[in-house]
Amino acid sequence: MINEMILMKGYGVYVWSAFSFTLISFAILYTLIKINLVKEQNKFVAKFGLLNRRKIKLAKTQSTNREILLNSTSSKI
Amino acid sequence: MFNIFKINKIFEITSKAPKYIFIIFIIVLSIGLAEALFLSPEDYIQSHSVRIMYVHVPSAWIALGIFSLIACLSIISFIFKNKNFSLIAKSLAPPGFVLNIIALVTGSIWGKPTWGTWWAWDARITSMLILVLFYSMYILAWRIFDKKEQANKITSIIAIVGVINVPIIKFSVDWWSTLHQESSVKVFSETSIHSSMLVPLLIMTAAFSLFALLIFLMKYNTELIKIKNKGLDRL
Repeated sequence: MINEMILMKGYGVYVWSAFSFTLISFAILYTLIKINLVKEQNKFVAKFGLLNRRKIKLAKTQSTNREILLNSTSSKI
Repeated sequence: MFNIFKINKIFEITSKAPKYIFIIFIIVLSIGLAEALFLSPEDYIQSHSVRIMYVHVPSAWIALGIFSLIACLSIISFIFKNKNFSLIAKSLAPPGFVLNIIALVTGSIWGKPTWGTWWAWDARITSMLILVLFYSMYILAWRIFDKKEQANKITSIIAIVGVINVPIIKFSVDWWSTLHQESSVKVFSETSIHSSMLVPLLIMTAAFSLFALLIFLMKYNTELIKIKNKGLDRL
């Protein structure tokens, strides 16, 4: 039964390689995009930490800045 | 006119959406894979090799759809000078590009047991290869040109010129004698594919669409944070 599912009457090698290629491509793209996103979030948090009190207050008036800080896992502010 | 496309408002949604979309994507993909690999019947001519259709067709459909969307957004951003539209178009390119590559590679894998060859210069395959080249040019242009306005103009031209290829891909099987069969799934007339194969195909299409949406949102958020990073420098 399991052998039949894997071999698929000789077509298994084609079917499994097509599905594997698709899923591996998905995983690679997701990882690359995620790494870039986290990198930019960390850069933002680091820059935010260097601001003085007046600038922090000014930057926090923008909802996008607040959202970035909220969503950043490394945010300590 | 485009108040609803204000970056602040959009980011409130796009920053929260990916985690929910990821969960839904995993659920839909699991159901789709079970249907495509084990539950759907084999074809009476192609046998089990027909299962490749469940990754090949959705990726081709979505790659075409995304490029058409990029072209529409490019035209709108060209006319209304709305920067957010070009940002959306730019963020759509990576999932479209990868899905186009997947369509070509899985098509090649499917071609071997079906046609006896990995590659043939038939109209459908060649036009899909041209679409990959347009995707590559589009992505590279964003990287090469430093000035945003220049990059915006050039990428818009690439997308508008490239979209001419989309109807060629769609109708290539009708206009020329190709190795590909005519469309089995039709919107305006009766679909010739059996429901036992159509349902898994639609589930996999939904899963791939969710993946494209997920990647788009993550890329879009990255681009917005990049802009905000520059904004902090100017404070």
